[in-house]
Amino acid sequence: MDWWPLVWSVIKALLIVTFVLANAFLIWVERKIAGRFQRRLGPMRVGRPHGWAQTFADLIKLLSKEDVVPGGAEKWLFLIAPLVAFIPALLVYMVIPFGPTWVVNDLNIGVLFISAVTSFSVLAFFMSGWGSNNKYSVLGAFRAAAQLISYEVPLVLSMIAVVMLAGSMSLNDIVKAQTVPYVLLQPLGFLIFFIAAIAELNRTPFDLAEAESELVAGYNTEYSGMRWAFFFLAEYANTVSASAIMATLFFGGWKGPLLPPVVWFLLKTYIFVFIIMWIRWTLPRVRIDQLLNLGWKVLLPAALLNIAWTGLLGLVFKI
Amino acid sequence: MTDTMYLNMGPQHPSTHGVLRLAVEVDGETILAAKPDIGYLHRCFEKTAEGLTYPQVLPYTDRTDYVSAMTNEFAYVLAVEKLLGLEVPPRAQFIRVIMAELQRIANHLVWFGTFALDMAAVTPFLYAFRDREKILDLFERASGARLTYSYYRIGGVRKDIDGEFVRKTREFLDYFEEQVLPEYHRLLTGNRIFEIRTQGTGYISPELVYAYGLSGPMARGSGVPWDVRKNEPYSGYNRFEFEMALAEGGDNYARYMVRMKEMAESAKIIRQALDGLPEGEYMGKVPKIIKPPVGEVYVRIESPKGELGVFLVSDGSPKPYRLKWRAPSFSNLQVTEVATRGEKIADLVVTVGSIDVVLGEVDR
Repeated sequence: MDWWPLVWSVIKALLIVTFVLANAFLIWVERKIAGRFQRRLGPMRVGRPHGWAQTFADLIKLLSKEDVVPGGAEKWLFLIAPLVAFIPALLVYMVIPFGPTWVVNDLNIGVLFISAVTSFSVLAFFMSGWGSNNKYSVLGAFRAAAQLISYEVPLVLSMIAVVMLAGSMSLNDIVKAQTVPYVLLQPLGFLIFFIAAIAELNRTPFDLAEAESELVAGYNTEYSGMRWAFFFLAEYANTVSASAIMATLFFGGWKGPLLPPVVWFLLKTYIFVFIIMWIRWTLPRVRIDQLLNLGWKVLLPAALLNIAWTGLLGLVFKI
Repeated sequence: MTDTMYLNMGPQHPSTHGVLRLAVEVDGETILAAKPDIGYLHRCFEKTAEGLTYPQVLPYTDRTDYVSAMTNEFAYVLAVEKLLGLEVPPRAQFIRVIMAELQRIANHLVWFGTFALDMAAVTPFLYAFRDREKILDLFERASGARLTYSYYRIGGVRKDIDGEFVRKTREFLDYFEEQVLPEYHRLLTGNRIFEIRTQGTGYISPELVYAYGLSGPMARGSGVPWDVRKNEPYSGYNRFEFEMALAEGGDNYARYMVRMKEMAESAKIIRQALDGLPEGEYMGKVPKIIKPPVGEVYVRIESPKGELGVFLVSDGSPKPYRLKWRAPSFSNLQVTEVATRGEKIADLVVTVGSIDVVLGEVDR
């Protein structure tokens, strides 16, 4: 019996888990980036140079905090919600190809798997919002639910157009099928995906479920310590995975000249992570009804149009 | 949902600008009623003033509207001077105008930052505070303090301004007009999200302006041409050329535009005042013990937030018999409930932000 493929898979899986956990460093990166945007320095004190150990300090602080469950909370919902947010955020990485062979499990339904797993996050928002026994949290949960319904549809439709072009749902096949990056064939589709992904990630300008200036902290108002940290880590893991999916579906994933595939993949991914952060620290937040209008009245018709365009491409040019 | 929900926004809430509590009744996201509940910062300022001599009251006025302390002192010293019938030397008048207009810019910068922050745009906030810092440095140079200055004195100002102050102020004005304002407009004014958030929300009709006694940018944003500096010039404001910032919209966007324009106009006034700064005394002839004759006066000025009125009654003793502080924020805040009815929770936050409320002044 040949054990080697199994061992190799475990090593790859461990590497990817390490990669995901390393994303905790994005907390520090984002604070530094935000600082630069705002003519500040960002964290400087913990660790030299440039406060690189800030993330560790944050983690130690969060680990040592008391795990508070508010009175009147739905205990089970409240306690489980952070895990429901965090685990799907990890699961997405299972199907993302880091390189031609660097993928934990190249499912032949990869795109479907992604859209299914990422929808879990709203369940977590709703559980935490409802379970917290807090009015702000409930409002945040309502918003998250409304937001998900209006954004999931254009998001999935824009991914379908890519699947139509590639003729496969496996992400690795999609990458291989891209003789030119699909963003050139799918500029509208990419735009829709990008906007919808930010909404899905709950980041400014679509961070309505959290909405600090209105709902204090929205669905996670009552969370503290490590449970809050799980929401936070999930947010960062989702940001990276959404960026990775964008790079994979529209920018040729690990494809690229000269440099090794993994480097290309990471480069593309982190450019998107940077852009998402950039948007976050620049734009104000939209209102819930405006967000729903954008989803249903603009993005959804545009996504359908995009599918028609893709069909035309296939019919006329036999791409 | 059939039931409505009561939401207690504040006094601890990220965007209530201090200790304002809003008792909000919502149906889902829609506001049915948002009643401001005030009084959490009440410090008996008016009553305290009755136990102090006239000069002793001055530092307390700083602490009403602590974001624009200079203009509070301005209103108070004008009232006492009117009681006494004092003449203020021209140089002191010019210095007062310079300080008041610098303070207006500083105040509007704080407002600009927090208004953007209410819409989750964090970066403008830090930009605004970076630029406000420069004004505070100027104030520190002139008065020695950075927040509560006690710089205006009955009869003049505490200290003369020197050439270095004039030079640095000009430097700041150049920087402000050429870099800061265009940068803010690029960052926020043309932003589509900012526009859809502010245009059409928090509408206040001109009738409401009269009914609620709104003043300052709140009135001018609804197209009511009321600026005390223009309509009832004090301290020589008629010497300067400036436009009254006016907008017709009546919504949050109109009030935003009014304040942005006002900053530019203030810069113009300061330039004129620096150019025409007369030589001479910076302090008038003031008696050692201030004992105004029996009588009462009402003096109003255009503070950055609106019409700041001081009603002062003297019984001939060295202490005021009664001091009434007509705070613009107090009147302006009352319109919250009418202006936000039927809007969303997010709009409530923006509308309260557009009022530019400072609770220190509301509660006094």
